[in-house]
Amino acid sequence: MTQRALATPPRLPPQPPRSLRFAGMGKSGSADRTFGALGAGAAGALGLVLIGVAVSVARIAWPSIQASGFSFVTTSVWDPSRGVFGALAFVWGTILTSTVALILAVPIGLGVALFLTDLGPPHLRKPVSSLVELLAAIPSVVYGLWAALVLAPILRTTVQPALAKIGGPLFRGPNVGFGILCASLVLAIMLLPTIASVSRDVLRAVPAELREGALALGATPWDAVRLVVLPHARHGVFGAILLGVGRAVGETMAVAAVVGSRADISPSLFAPGYTMSSVIANEFPVASSELHIAALAEVGLLLFVITVAFNVAARILVARSNKSAAGAQA
Amino acid sequence: MTPELESAYSGRKLASRFATGASSVAVVLALLPLVAVFAYVVSRGARAISIPFFVEPIGERGAGMANAIVGTIQLVFLASAMGIPLGIMAGLYLAEYKATRLARAVRFSADVLAGVPSILVGVVVYAVVVVWMKQFSAFAGAAALAIVMLPLVARTTDELARAVPDSLREAALALGASRWRTALFVVLRTAAPGIRSGCLLAVARVCGETAPLLFTAYNNRFYNDSLLDPTSTLQVQIFTYTMTPNDDWHAQAWAAALVLVAIVIVLGVVARRLLDEKVPG
Repeated sequence: MTQRALATPPRLPPQPPRSLRFAGMGKSGSADRTFGALGAGAAGALGLVLIGVAVSVARIAWPSIQASGFSFVTTSVWDPSRGVFGALAFVWGTILTSTVALILAVPIGLGVALFLTDLGPPHLRKPVSSLVELLAAIPSVVYGLWAALVLAPILRTTVQPALAKIGGPLFRGPNVGFGILCASLVLAIMLLPTIASVSRDVLRAVPAELREGALALGATPWDAVRLVVLPHARHGVFGAILLGVGRAVGETMAVAAVVGSRADISPSLFAPGYTMSSVIANEFPVASSELHIAALAEVGLLLFVITVAFNVAARILVARSNKSAAGAQA
Repeated sequence: MTPELESAYSGRKLASRFATGASSVAVVLALLPLVAVFAYVVSRGARAISIPFFVEPIGERGAGMANAIVGTIQLVFLASAMGIPLGIMAGLYLAEYKATRLARAVRFSADVLAGVPSILVGVVVYAVVVVWMKQFSAFAGAAALAIVMLPLVARTTDELARAVPDSLREAALALGASRWRTALFVVLRTAAPGIRSGCLLAVARVCGETAPLLFTAYNNRFYNDSLLDPTSTLQVQIFTYTMTPNDDWHAQAWAAALVLVAIVIVLGVVARRLLDEKVPG
């Protein structure tokens, strides 16, 4: 093309010339509709899975819901051979292990998160962050194996005898290593990365101006954390803890390996217990009767309701926290 | 600075130093179990790993885990074949139609689904697939793993595709490309390195998933003849051996744990590499 031709631009036709159209250009409407429908189908399938989980678990649980009624969650006798099913001991075990695990994991997880965002030396933040992610990558069964063969013997020989000297209702009873304490410890290890990485993200979302403002006014790093960062991020941090609760309640294999598998209600941390997820893991594959399967599915239904409730609450809190941070930044 | 201010400030500085120390202690406490688990898995696993471990099927003394290794590979491939395309489709839809009510609802339920205990996925697949086929099968196990992967892949794709700048979309549309072409050949291609890395992480995650396999793929002492037979996997075999009082089997479990952890870490490292390479834009 010559200079002169460029100087007077040609008038463009309303449609590109035939040679410039590519295949299917005029028919893009129907192809777009197909694409949209396929995508909507895939996305819908994803949405339906959640409903599908609820419906199909409830359907298998139905015979048990009819047979046991409300006593299912108020009694603790679990005897498949007589067909008597009460799940209170599992609920108790789940609450006890999750609580102890959270008491251990929340302060440590928050400490790690603050180290990564505000307090730690910058050059250490990246490697520590990767290592914490590695902690999350180890499969649950491997933690179970380690807890059963390494942690439980240590608890039996050294930790629990020492704790027994303190005494009290928490630290007494049979000392076998396996039990609520061992399960809680391994749970705490597994919760740590969740709590640490979600709170790290939430703390990072606090606008830099707020931090810088505090530091410019003479605040020490800890003052900035205490007076500016944490108050700003508190909902998100709470959400991170709730996500941790959801994980604690649902964690199965590692707990099943060390919890002791006995449907008892005891305040002692040394005693063997059972949790909702681990009883499903241990008994579902060998369940003897229709009603036994139904009762285990009903435990699953309880588990589903609890974890969904915690996750929904946590997601809302974390999303709101990150959004308000983004809003303050804009 | 006045002396009073000076002393107040030194107090606060002390507090800050104390807080930094406390957070460092938290880091040490968090990394302690990581080191402990690694040390045991590597040392005990390396001692127990041997050639028969990789070539002999499950059995008594001197046996290996060959059929469990094959089983895990089978399940993970089949699950990826089902879960990854569907997850990418769903994620792309969520990103391209991000404001629709369906997209918002699905995005939220994917997040919630990712938090549902994986053992419940096993219960569902048992109720639907195992009861329908009247037997445990590798296919059922793979379906369970695919469901575990689905929200992970979909949400990664969604996040990354939404991060693709709208100017690229507008440029494609202005050149006359249709929406589906724009989505597949502009958005998906731009976000591809991150999506690949996300998919690898999802694969790494299901390599270790055990709970959903307990009553779907179940277990098998022998090689499974077809995908419709129950199959052994490394994950389930580790759990089975953990629960026995037999030292030989414990050694086998450590070896299997080493293999599993090695797979997960290699996948994780490759995923990170892919992510670091993407930069040219």
